[in-house]
Amino acid sequence: MSVRSRRLQKKWRDGIPTLIFLFLCLAVWQISVDFFKLPLWLMPSPAAVIKAFWRTRELLWSHTLTTIWETTTGFVLSIALSLVAGLAMVLSPMAKRLFYPMLIVSQTVPLIAVAPLLILWLGYGLLPKILTVVIVCFFPITVSLIEGLEVSDNDLLNLLKSMGASRWQMLYMIRWPNALPSFFAGLKIAATYSVMGAVIGEWLGASSGLGVYLTRSSHSFRTDQVFAAIVAITLLSLFYFVLITGIRRLALPWLNTKQE
Amino acid sequence: MALELRKLSLSYPGAGDSALDVLVDINLKIGTGTFVSLIGPSGCGKSSICNLIAGVEKSAQGQILLDGRSILGLPGQVGYMPQKDLLLPWRTLLDNVALGNDIRREDKRESRENARRWLNRFGLGKFTEHYPHQLSGGMRQRGALLRTFLFGQNTLILDEPFGALDALTRREMQEWLLNVWSQSSPTVVFITHDIEEAILLSDEIVVLSRRPAHILERITIPFSRPRKPDILFSSEVLVVKKRLLDLLR
Repeated sequence: MSVRSRRLQKKWRDGIPTLIFLFLCLAVWQISVDFFKLPLWLMPSPAAVIKAFWRTRELLWSHTLTTIWETTTGFVLSIALSLVAGLAMVLSPMAKRLFYPMLIVSQTVPLIAVAPLLILWLGYGLLPKILTVVIVCFFPITVSLIEGLEVSDNDLLNLLKSMGASRWQMLYMIRWPNALPSFFAGLKIAATYSVMGAVIGEWLGASSGLGVYLTRSSHSFRTDQVFAAIVAITLLSLFYFVLITGIRRLALPWLNTKQE
Repeated sequence: MALELRKLSLSYPGAGDSALDVLVDINLKIGTGTFVSLIGPSGCGKSSICNLIAGVEKSAQGQILLDGRSILGLPGQVGYMPQKDLLLPWRTLLDNVALGNDIRREDKRESRENARRWLNRFGLGKFTEHYPHQLSGGMRQRGALLRTFLFGQNTLILDEPFGALDALTRREMQEWLLNVWSQSSPTVVFITHDIEEAILLSDEIVVLSRRPAHILERITIPFSRPRKPDILFSSEVLVVKKRLLDLLR
């Protein structure tokens, strides 16, 4: 058996306790709801949530598509902006002095206060949702990128300098690959928050999206559907997380090879 | 004359008027194809000499000439290898060895072929596609040395390249280095703390004083090549060893 398939097998074996625990939690939830005869609008059982998920699957999917569109656009836009901002701040200390404090302050402004303003200024279309995603994602990506680009190993830079490397060569031969692990760590954090950013935007006013489905279900006391929306949001966030992890594997081959 | 240091002095501005003198009037001529070791007390400024020849540091008085051309403050003229192997973790061994070619923007295929030839010839052929963290300390050091050889071609500055290795690997590496050196005999400036290492490898040993460093003595090592580690037990070597220890005291 190859090393690869053996490793895969080990991964599955390691996952079994996690799955069993998850199943147990769901079972306790189901039994408790049944035992205490909790009404559906107060606390739905897992089975009811799955039923609601299946019953409204077409509606849920059309709302999910909107959210995917907003999240993906916002996420890609954040990466592009982070690259520009990160490189500028690393290459020019002046740019860093000007923008870095603003970057941190901007992150402390509560999203729930800014999002309504965005809707006030930009209307109920897709744009304010995309912007909330950018606001959520831009910070972790940029900060992790800057941290990675500022190579701590001066000897490495000195070596390249002794070989007569240009600034540009140092950037793409040392700084950029050195930044990738940290950059992807930032991307993972951003990926898990990105869907939430879009949903908050939709929550405050939209015609379509998981946030809309959520508000409508909540207003009509369809708590089972609220949970179904939570499941959808979680699955979507996980999807982005797994996607980033997969790209990371391809982009950083030197981190996937184990010591022999 | 291949590599020549002329009246090389270096001092760092200290607090107030006091300046920290590191090198004072170093005059040294190193013939083409000679293996010269610099030996001296810790912190005497050996690494500063390396940095100056490598062009990483430039704020010195005096001149450094390579084949009559001034190279002070001019990086990229010699192969420079510091104590750490400094292989790039994201490059395979092959790509690490060809790093210099990439910096000079040479043809990728040609440089990889050349690097592969060298790796094959010096026992690393099986590891070309390995990443540095998959290699042992000795192998990494060999990779770094080959990278320096391929980049520097005729002049190499090796700053304690085996300083971090254990004694056995170190002895192995010394023989390996002699083997590589004998193939193309570049000019080598070799920094070390290890007297036996200096005797085994060099044509000449230059002894530096405490800071501010100047040259105390130059000792020619007369043994013919290829050398075997056995020479370290001969009586002539003991005389040289004693002389070196006295000078370094």
